[in-house]
Amino acid sequence: MSNILEVKDLKVSYGAIQAIKGITFHIKQGEMVALIGANGAGKTTTLKTLAGMLKPVGGEIVYMGKPLSSIKNYDLVREGLALVPEGRGIFGRLTVTENLEMGAYSRTDSKANIQADIDRMFEIFPRLKERAFQLAGTMSGGEQQMLAISRALMSKPKLLLLDEPSMGLAPIIVQKIFETIREVAKDGVTLLLVEQNAKLALQTCQRAYVMDGGKITLEGDAKELLHDEAVQKAYLGE
Amino acid sequence: MEIFLQQILNGLVLGSVYALVALGYTMVYGIIGLINFAHGEVVMVGAMITISMLTMFSAMGIQLPGVVVLLMAMMISVPACMILAYFMEKVAYRPLRKAQKLAPLITAIGISIILQNLAMMIWGRGFKSFPSVIDVEPIDFMGATVTNLQIAIMIVAVLMMLGLWFLVERTKLGKAMRATAVNQEVAGLMGISINHIISMTFVIGAGLGAIAGVMRAANYGQADAYMGAILGLKAFSAAVLGGIGNIFGAMAGGILLGVIESLAAGYIGDLTGGFLGSHYQDIFAFIVLILVLVFRPSGLLGERVAERA
Repeated sequence: MSNILEVKDLKVSYGAIQAIKGITFHIKQGEMVALIGANGAGKTTTLKTLAGMLKPVGGEIVYMGKPLSSIKNYDLVREGLALVPEGRGIFGRLTVTENLEMGAYSRTDSKANIQADIDRMFEIFPRLKERAFQLAGTMSGGEQQMLAISRALMSKPKLLLLDEPSMGLAPIIVQKIFETIREVAKDGVTLLLVEQNAKLALQTCQRAYVMDGGKITLEGDAKELLHDEAVQKAYLGE
Repeated sequence: MEIFLQQILNGLVLGSVYALVALGYTMVYGIIGLINFAHGEVVMVGAMITISMLTMFSAMGIQLPGVVVLLMAMMISVPACMILAYFMEKVAYRPLRKAQKLAPLITAIGISIILQNLAMMIWGRGFKSFPSVIDVEPIDFMGATVTNLQIAIMIVAVLMMLGLWFLVERTKLGKAMRATAVNQEVAGLMGISINHIISMTFVIGAGLGAIAGVMRAANYGQADAYMGAILGLKAFSAAVLGGIGNIFGAMAGGILLGVIESLAAGYIGDLTGGFLGSHYQDIFAFIVLILVLVFRPSGLLGERVAERA
């Protein structure tokens, strides 16, 4: 299968501080890939760069055969690249339905199609349906995360980048969200998952990269990494 | 009692104009956190171009009903102001979007001075009288007098505000504007072009402002290059009164400020035993502004101003 994303020797800096010190990785079409690592390892920076929110100082990102830098920021989502940002980033002063509509902002198909997709999201997360006309900012963290993921799905992504979907959520909600993530992958969406919860990420994905200090230190099959001694010591606390 | 009713009516007319201008301030602030001090000048340019157009039409000997002539003039002046605001944002504010907040504030003042002086070069320093294309007829309303023009001003203002409400609450563009106001970064992730949204905000605000400028000039029968400065400051006060960044706050604040100012002007002579006359009415907008800033900095309908400013 072809690579939907190829990253070569990517370097990203915040002013004088180099956060990503040359990483190389790839994601194949239809894969679920995890990016794990401690705080400050550069995981979120990597995702933000992939989503066009940060400009790399060096290296190359190729998305679906095109250099990412050739696509305008606001066109990325039209090209099928969506990010569920860290901290959810829902529009608090818009209603739940309006948030979902914004997810479909770049779509040019009919209103009926979009409405059908909104209904589909409500089916996946009935909690959102109950709150359809409520301001999104008044919802709980778990509900906001459900909304953030649904909103990203509304754009019909080909590659979905997820930044810490489990952060600060009750185990039962995390379970529901990861169940949905697996469903989404089954539908053919390629996933790049950034997680603090390394165990959960490795159990969910097929392959994984381990980041530390702005570099990729380990990579391989997720199940193998799950039983790798170094990974267990550093990230699984066993 | 007649004076009271009369002043309320005058206040509503005045307030309609303030509200429309205040919307321009509040919309821009809501999205990029900038007080666009040049907005008042856009309002003035709208009035001046309309006057020029009306004068030109009458010189051309166009014989049409006054309302039609006025609409024709506004079809030129209002888009002209929208274009002006579009380029103003592009030239003076966009390059400074990532600069610290003070920098665009200074260019805003700079643009304001440039526009004021350009207007003086084009239209002169004195008053330009508003051609009397519309026959103003006084109408008696329970002892108070209101003109057909003033009624039209209030109706148009209400229609514009309803239109804006619909745009912001119901359309895709409006929702994208609100989303951008909440979080620009994430709005960008949705595929919303932030530059486009910000341009549209300036353009819509300028359109409303230009219409307000025409209303003001038509109601007073004159306009000059300075009218935008004082009108802008008062509309800004109205926006702060309502809660800057909040569209409904600007509407409410504008109407309220107009009524307060009008009532104060009507009674100030009696209250101070003739010491202060009604020409002191201008101070009330600023007294209100100070009181709001002291006692309720977030304004009537505002929220989280402290966090944003």
